[in-house]
Amino acid sequence: MTAVGEQGVAAVTLEELYGTMARIRAFETRAMELFGEKHIRGSVHPYIGMEAIAVGVCSVLEESDFITSTHRGHGHCIAKGLELRPMMAEITGRATGYCKGKGGSMHITAMRHGMLGADAIVGGSLAIAVGAAYSLRLQGKDSVTVAFFGDGAANQGIFHEAANLASVLSAPVIFVCENNQWAISMPIAKAINIEDVAIRGAGYGFPGEVVDGNDVLAVREVAARAVERARRGDGPTLIEAKSYRITPHSAATPTDNRSPDELAYWRDRDPIARFGRHLVENGLTTEERLAHLTDEARDAVADAAAYALDCPYPDVGEAETDVYAPSDWQRPGRLS
Amino acid sequence: MSEEPRELTMAEALNEALQEEMRRDPGVFVIGEDIGRHGGLFRVTADLLDEFGPTRVIDSPISEAGITGAGVGAALVGSRPVVELQIFDFVTLVMDQLVNHAAKWRYMSGGQVSVPLVLRGPISNGIGMAAQHSQTLEAWFVHAPGLIVMMPSTPYDAKGMLKSAIREDNPVVFLEKRLLYARKGPVPEEEYLVPIGVADVKRVGSDVTVVAAGAPTQLALQAARQLAREGVEVEVIDPRTLKPLDIDTIAESVSKTGRLVVVNEGARAGGFASEVVARTLDHVALGDLKASPVRVTAKDTPIPYSTTLEREVLPSLEDVVGAVNQVLGRESAPAEVTV
Repeated sequence: MTAVGEQGVAAVTLEELYGTMARIRAFETRAMELFGEKHIRGSVHPYIGMEAIAVGVCSVLEESDFITSTHRGHGHCIAKGLELRPMMAEITGRATGYCKGKGGSMHITAMRHGMLGADAIVGGSLAIAVGAAYSLRLQGKDSVTVAFFGDGAANQGIFHEAANLASVLSAPVIFVCENNQWAISMPIAKAINIEDVAIRGAGYGFPGEVVDGNDVLAVREVAARAVERARRGDGPTLIEAKSYRITPHSAATPTDNRSPDELAYWRDRDPIARFGRHLVENGLTTEERLAHLTDEARDAVADAAAYALDCPYPDVGEAETDVYAPSDWQRPGRLS
Repeated sequence: MSEEPRELTMAEALNEALQEEMRRDPGVFVIGEDIGRHGGLFRVTADLLDEFGPTRVIDSPISEAGITGAGVGAALVGSRPVVELQIFDFVTLVMDQLVNHAAKWRYMSGGQVSVPLVLRGPISNGIGMAAQHSQTLEAWFVHAPGLIVMMPSTPYDAKGMLKSAIREDNPVVFLEKRLLYARKGPVPEEEYLVPIGVADVKRVGSDVTVVAAGAPTQLALQAARQLAREGVEVEVIDPRTLKPLDIDTIAESVSKTGRLVVVNEGARAGGFASEVVARTLDHVALGDLKASPVRVTAKDTPIPYSTTLEREVLPSLEDVVGAVNQVLGRESAPAEVTV
């Protein structure tokens, strides 16, 4: 099948892009069910409707590149190549989860996949991404780091500190603002007095680009430019991907005060359906092929969920491990 | 006749620790405000820029949360950053990066990562810098699982402790006392480390145990010298690392003396002195105690500017002497020192 290969970034097939988006959609759908069935504690913040952003951006990254993520992070994980089984085990609190059940839905970390961690403090990981990017360059590596964050985080102080620091350090970092229009009940129009978050890049001396966050190929193209620029040593880029979360803020907070018209407008722009139409209309694949990819995604997620629910919970002794890295000073009873 | 041991100020000792560790490990870098060209407001990073260049000695914008967060990120991927807070009160701007990120990242990841970060800077009380430059906040950090907290009282300890902190795979809050920066003490030429979590008995005594870290250690030693002239033998224990606390050394001493005074410059309520008392009681048989433990702390106020007021609020030599007398049941105990 047709591959897209922007200059200087990893090539990927169109079916892979579609399949990864479908896997995210299936994962989030199942996660919402598992929350309802009380297999998931706390909450789940579904990425439904925003799949094109993570998939477009991560499709231009290498294994050796890093990302930081947010409370709405499952999509970033799947797009970065994490496996569904340990992800599902993590969010169902099992010992076999990526973080041994200590992190949960909002804190999936997988260093072997370049996933530095998901952060449940809005904006909290932005400076972490800058430091990781800087350090990797100091070590002579050509890795880049992508910081995913929401439009709400763009008003946190740490966003501005991270952006400025990234600029003066010329850190190879890409700030990806997922503008899904709402911070729980706060519409973006009331939260900021500018049309585009992207223009804030100019305030710190680096490019800011707006992209249709529901168009996976457009996201990929913008991300490719930003990654190439970062690898070249020309510093950060701010990408604002305009999108929408089709579901409420979280599974635990189902109240949604957004208008049905607005929801309908965005459902019509569903990034997966839209990409599927594009592929079929241009003769790049068939409906049958897409249906097969969707089934594959659902099967993989069903398998992951079944696996997770069959896994043991962590041994209670694990509650007190991993607080500190192993060190000379440690001996029993000294942690306090 | 043997050669006089080399003497350095605490600032020079800390500087030498940074220099040695940066030479030893190319992964170590320092970042902070005015630390490069200026060499640090208190000269702790003097001359490092010349030797290691601007990629490892980074003059940062005024952006405390940003540089601390960047330190966490750099630590996650293999660097050993040393982040300087110019004045440690600015840690209030950093608490999210420190407590929600540096301290928790390893645990939340199920042990996949470690955060070898040092966050260091001065406690600047005692010199009229007023309420936002004079706080002693170690209790906050001791209360955050995942952090290590260190506070040296001598140039020797400062150097050996900072070197251990830099080599440690866990985030370390390293508290320096500005008034001690210029104080000289012996520091050997040859390399050494002061291990994390090991207290030092600064003075041996049989009557009363005084536990104090950082500047109060010097206060405790002064009080001990004064009381020795009256026939009272005070044992002074400097935990050096506040977390993990070397409770064994403290408990052993209190079991011997039966009397405990804890000196700490933080505010009284919820303070580190309270923690030392409570932990000692966990480890010492009640029957071995000859008196209720006494805390000598700052008052529960912001630190005031005026000399008379600041002296009133911070623990003084008289307060320490009074507390020792109190646990001994001696008459000279001043009435205002209470349990």
